[in-house]
Amino acid sequence: MKLFDRLFRDAPLATRGEITPKLGFALTVLLAIVWLIPFLWMGVATLRPPSDGINLMAELLPSLNPTLDNIRDAWEIGDFPRYTLNTMIICAGILLVQFVTITLAGFAFARLNFAGKTLIFYLFLMQLMLVPVLLIVPNLSLVAQLGLYDTLTGVMMPFFASAFGTFLMRQAFEAIPTELEDAALIDGAGLLQRIRHIYVPLSMPSFSAFAIISVTSHWNDFLWPLMVINSPDKRPLTVGLSVFTKTAEGTQAWGTIAAGTLMVIAPLLVTFLIFQKRFISSFVTSGIK
Amino acid sequence: MSLAEPAALPVATSAAPRPQVLKRLTSSFKASLPAYLLLLPSLVFLALFTYGAMGRVLIDALYQRTTPKAPVRFVGLDNISAVLADPAFTGAVVNNLIYAVATTIPSIALALLFALALSRTHAVSSALRAALFLPVLIPMVAASALFLFIFLPNVGLLDYYIGRLLPVLPNWLGDPDIALTAIMIITVWKNAGYYMLFFLAGLQAVPEDVMEAAHLDGAGPYRRLRHIILPELKPTFLFVTVIAMLNAVTQVDHVFVMTQGGPSNSTNLVLFYIYQQAVEHYDIGKASAATLLTLAVLMGLTALSFRTLANREGGA
Repeated sequence: MKLFDRLFRDAPLATRGEITPKLGFALTVLLAIVWLIPFLWMGVATLRPPSDGINLMAELLPSLNPTLDNIRDAWEIGDFPRYTLNTMIICAGILLVQFVTITLAGFAFARLNFAGKTLIFYLFLMQLMLVPVLLIVPNLSLVAQLGLYDTLTGVMMPFFASAFGTFLMRQAFEAIPTELEDAALIDGAGLLQRIRHIYVPLSMPSFSAFAIISVTSHWNDFLWPLMVINSPDKRPLTVGLSVFTKTAEGTQAWGTIAAGTLMVIAPLLVTFLIFQKRFISSFVTSGIK
Repeated sequence: MSLAEPAALPVATSAAPRPQVLKRLTSSFKASLPAYLLLLPSLVFLALFTYGAMGRVLIDALYQRTTPKAPVRFVGLDNISAVLADPAFTGAVVNNLIYAVATTIPSIALALLFALALSRTHAVSSALRAALFLPVLIPMVAASALFLFIFLPNVGLLDYYIGRLLPVLPNWLGDPDIALTAIMIITVWKNAGYYMLFFLAGLQAVPEDVMEAAHLDGAGPYRRLRHIILPELKPTFLFVTVIAMLNAVTQVDHVFVMTQGGPSNSTNLVLFYIYQQAVEHYDIGKASAATLLTLAVLMGLTALSFRTLANREGGA
């Protein structure tokens, strides 16, 4: 009860005596523990020696003689360093091109008047409606026609333009006072120079919010790279993990699967735990990607 | 009035005004040119992978080839009627409807509970928010790899701990009556924390003094929720519902890893059906027809979401 009193310390005085909010809180604590169980099992199973046998595999209490054998096996069976590299190339490639396209388009929408602005704005909105993952079939045939089947570029290309990013940048640029730009204009700075030296440096928070959303969503993409990539050495982490899981499942090597999964999600989890607040506020802006 | 105007136009613009109109067009184009150049990179990729893709779906849905190497042949609406007559497709549609409703409702209910319980910021609630948010971050494929073991018959996590209480152990992923439920459990686990964020943001708009005044007037927690919090959260509810519905159509990675649509198509969802037609059966015509039907439904849904968004921005 003491603990509850401390947690509800800053609740309005009048509501502090109520029971229902405390029950809700207790239920949430319970569910949060349930929510963590898959992660807990992953950690425990990764360190469990294979000699414990299949019947102890589900035990959530850690083994008394932990081992790194599972991690070593996963590292050797799956080509995880290669998969990680591919995923990083894909995420970085998409992000770099997106930065250019969304900055330029965001600026046009924020600060320039041009014929057909409303029409073009709606053309961008359409991308939000046509979720790219649904267009996998026509996009696969286009990527094949462009000669990009089984290449990382082919995986990246459909995401180079981003309506979500364009709108995010438009919003950020609109908030920048025009006086700053006028000053640069008097000094004779060209359009691209003004974007590069005034708009971009002042919009870093929006860029980082966009980077978080873009990288996490493409780190997690699966169906599209699965269709585009054929050679094993070009697989991203998600495709690699699904193949690895299928192989290890056949031999009931659950400790190895846990270790492989851990390796795939560890970079994301570590980054999240460091930049927690940023992640959460970015995801709130990402209603529709 | 409006009918008469087009007839009058050719007379008015017969000789002199035409160059003027042309000049005005060129001058407005010239003034707009920098903007077009800035938009060009985005528009090229959008044209290729969004509008072009739409066009190709439309065309591909009208053609058919019997083998991958055979020449294409125009078949009109045959692909669409073939898809609609395919029990695998109609089954996938039914599954997807059940899946959408039965994942959206519990995810949103849980998200609301989490947000209400954790709306005050202190060390404990931040830690709990992070815990509930973790599943959102990880790839669906990784979540599926973990849940493959959780649902494993006899030795898996669920059977090891809960199965002892049941007289007969269910075969979670192998029984056609249960498999879709198992797939839904992962979705709820993965998405509830995401929707929680929107409710947390929405709750900040609920004025604390109104809450306190309501309490002084004798309103208990339930009545405050019903009459103050929920009405305030209405736009959030609409918005999250649309996102959850979109997710129900576009997230199928777990189906691929865990069940491949089986047993006996009981977990087949529409996007996975499209993938199967295209990649496993090389039937681009049928895959495109199914894509077209899905897009039509989804565009209706997103049009709805834009109205919701507009309402939200308007402060409603």
